[in-house]
Amino acid sequence: MATAYADIAEDARAKDPRDEAETHAASPEPAGATRASPAAPAWNMQAFVGRFGISLLAPVIGVLVFLGAWAALAPSVDTSLGALPGPVEVAEQGVSLFEEWQASNEAKAQFYAEQDARIAAGTQTMAFDYAGPPTFLDQVITSLETVALGFVLATVVAVPLGLAAGLSPLFNAAINPIVQIMKPVSPLAWLPIVTMVISAMIDSADPLLPKAFVISALVVMLCSLWPTLINTAVGTASIDKDLLNVGRVLKLNTFQKLTKLVLPSSLPYIFTGMRLSLGVGWMVLIAAEMLAQNPGLGKFVWDEFQNGSSQSLARIMFAVIVIGLIGFALDRIMMALQGLVSRNRTI
Amino acid sequence: MGTDRGNGFKRRGVVAALLVSVALAGCGSKGGGADGEAAKASAAPGGIEKPVLKLGFIKLTDMAPLAIAKEKGFFQQEGLNVTLEPQANWKVLLDGVIGGQLDGAHMLAGQPIAATLGYGTKAELIAPLSLDLNGNAITVSNKVWNQIKGDLPMEGGKPKHPISAAALKPVVASFKQQGKPFKMGMVFPVSTHNYELRYWLAAGGLNPGYYTPGDVAGTVDADVQLSVTPPPQMPATLEAGTIEGYCVGEPWNQAAVQKKIGVPVITDNEIWRDNPEKVFSIRKDFAEKYPGTTAAMLRAIIKAQQWLDADNGANRAEAVKILSQPNYVGADEAVIAASMTGKFTFEPGDTRPAPGFNIFFDKHAGYPFYSDAIWYMTQMRRWGQIPEDHDDAWYIAQAKAVYRPDLYLAAAKGLVDRKVIPAAAIPETDGFKPVDNGFMDGVPFDGRKPNAYIQSLKIGLKQGQKVTASGVTGG
Repeated sequence: MATAYADIAEDARAKDPRDEAETHAASPEPAGATRASPAAPAWNMQAFVGRFGISLLAPVIGVLVFLGAWAALAPSVDTSLGALPGPVEVAEQGVSLFEEWQASNEAKAQFYAEQDARIAAGTQTMAFDYAGPPTFLDQVITSLETVALGFVLATVVAVPLGLAAGLSPLFNAAINPIVQIMKPVSPLAWLPIVTMVISAMIDSADPLLPKAFVISALVVMLCSLWPTLINTAVGTASIDKDLLNVGRVLKLNTFQKLTKLVLPSSLPYIFTGMRLSLGVGWMVLIAAEMLAQNPGLGKFVWDEFQNGSSQSLARIMFAVIVIGLIGFALDRIMMALQGLVSRNRTI
Repeated sequence: MGTDRGNGFKRRGVVAALLVSVALAGCGSKGGGADGEAAKASAAPGGIEKPVLKLGFIKLTDMAPLAIAKEKGFFQQEGLNVTLEPQANWKVLLDGVIGGQLDGAHMLAGQPIAATLGYGTKAELIAPLSLDLNGNAITVSNKVWNQIKGDLPMEGGKPKHPISAAALKPVVASFKQQGKPFKMGMVFPVSTHNYELRYWLAAGGLNPGYYTPGDVAGTVDADVQLSVTPPPQMPATLEAGTIEGYCVGEPWNQAAVQKKIGVPVITDNEIWRDNPEKVFSIRKDFAEKYPGTTAAMLRAIIKAQQWLDADNGANRAEAVKILSQPNYVGADEAVIAASMTGKFTFEPGDTRPAPGFNIFFDKHAGYPFYSDAIWYMTQMRRWGQIPEDHDDAWYIAQAKAVYRPDLYLAAAKGLVDRKVIPAAAIPETDGFKPVDNGFMDGVPFDGRKPNAYIQSLKIGLKQGQKVTASGVTGG
């Protein structure tokens, strides 16, 4: 049966999904096969306990060598904003961004205190929210919220579609061409379309969610839909025929078949797909924010690029590191979830 | 069957998505839930219909009145809670105002005019206030500067100003010989910078090219090809060699000096003395729906403009400090100060006094004169952006639809009554400046006679002429 879906997931390794260790150590990675998981060795930590030194020492040495090379080479790269900042300058900007956050908190507290005083004195009739510039942390939080919404939307759309495609070869054949064409489209191509459609659709003066936020989230959704969809389809299609036969014998209805047989056996695939989707979504989000000037980390990077001050490069590099760390953390969270659902599977 | 199931799930998915978005909005950190409710619960103060506003700006020093109005508390004194948000480029900013994501913005004077005329996105925008006079300059790359420097007339060991674009002619000719187009950058098709750069080039005998109806490239018959680059990317684009020079607002000319990648050759004040520059623009329906808010915004901005020019620029140093914050212009303090504090650096060692480089309040800088709008429209006609002839009355009617001195006066008179600004700060005028002789080529401009003015310009479309892809026809 799996062969019927070979087209939709051409590079998914046809693998028995029940082989647990294999599933999460070398998960089937259709859309993002190139994104080799840096965490792969760390997963089997127990197996490495004997060689703890290697698993701990080697990464530390790797990072140190990288920092050393960066520090040594950066000053020799001369840009119009001065030499490329080294690790020390970048760390300094990290500290200064933290200080800005503290200063902004103080300003915020002061604003509310003064406002309360004015309201108490009767010179102001209405309480306002603090309207200061967003700090780096605010931008990080905005980005995380955006990617969360986009990811949830993508999952909510992709999993049912994937299940349907996995169960019905007819449906699969119907959506396959569209999926294949949509899959490689860059977020930057979606952006103008999404922007125009959303701008036209949300026309209330005070919408529930800011337009820019919805636009970013939808672009994330459109781009991160595909890994989950394809993996779900493959997972559903590769369900053991014997199980389906048993289901038939027990006269399970469609809903029972879905919840008792199909979902449990395709969960590892679905979660692998979701993990890939989240990774794609995070990468896409930064690009979308940058181009559309939607709030978030991408906007932070672009604003700093436009500032062109002597600290700008160091601040951008700091943001790059933070983006990488968050992407890594998101991947780890999904991996843990994936491990959890695979282990609890009872079939 | 599979299809049906898929649809069912999809519908359920949309509902779930809505639920999730509501949940996210509820717990989002931006919401500040309780405060938002407090804001909605209490009644709006007298006259301010919409106290929470978001204004857009581009990272340029002439956005200063907005930053100052916020940082010095002028918005707050008027009962407004304003967020200022930098925008990526003029197009994004314009769409933001038209689409309602922004309540108003620091805008190019040509933008509300073009939007009203329907050149580009059609929308009814108005300009109730002019933000500043002057503030731009034209910079050429070091390569071009080295080629023209030797031939420039000197005065006291320094090049004599103003430098005519005629100096570029040999360079443009040599580019042509090598089969390369000579390219320069400006910030937007309807920007002041486009018209100033074109004026300067044309005054020096170089044709900057015409626009065919509907196109935005404007390179028909061009000796010098102009292209659009957002202001903050201008130095990087020059450095990359994509363009040989540009016209842009500050601090992006001084940034070229600082980075030693280019040399400013002329300021716009030398092209057209005390030319009107950016405007503050809002949607027409915004002004109609929220007249109290509009007046309060204008009052706050006028106060900020006064602050910026007070006591011969005594506050400028503080303004520079505010503007250099990363959330405003964000360039280094020294770069911003280079043009904001009465001096302008042309090349290292050639810093000249430029007291009129940025005027925000003096010389009635804030008043939106109809004649200013008409000058922009004459340039739009001159270069083909307005494809057909119109009579003088049409120009005047269009100017009156966009420029709204009535709104400015209502706000400014309130400030005069409160003795915040002197009565002399408001001009006695019918909206037309007297005949202007401040242009570098000496051609006088009378805002009441736009067609006669268009005819009097040497290079440019004349009555009856049209632009096609192959060249200018008719006339």
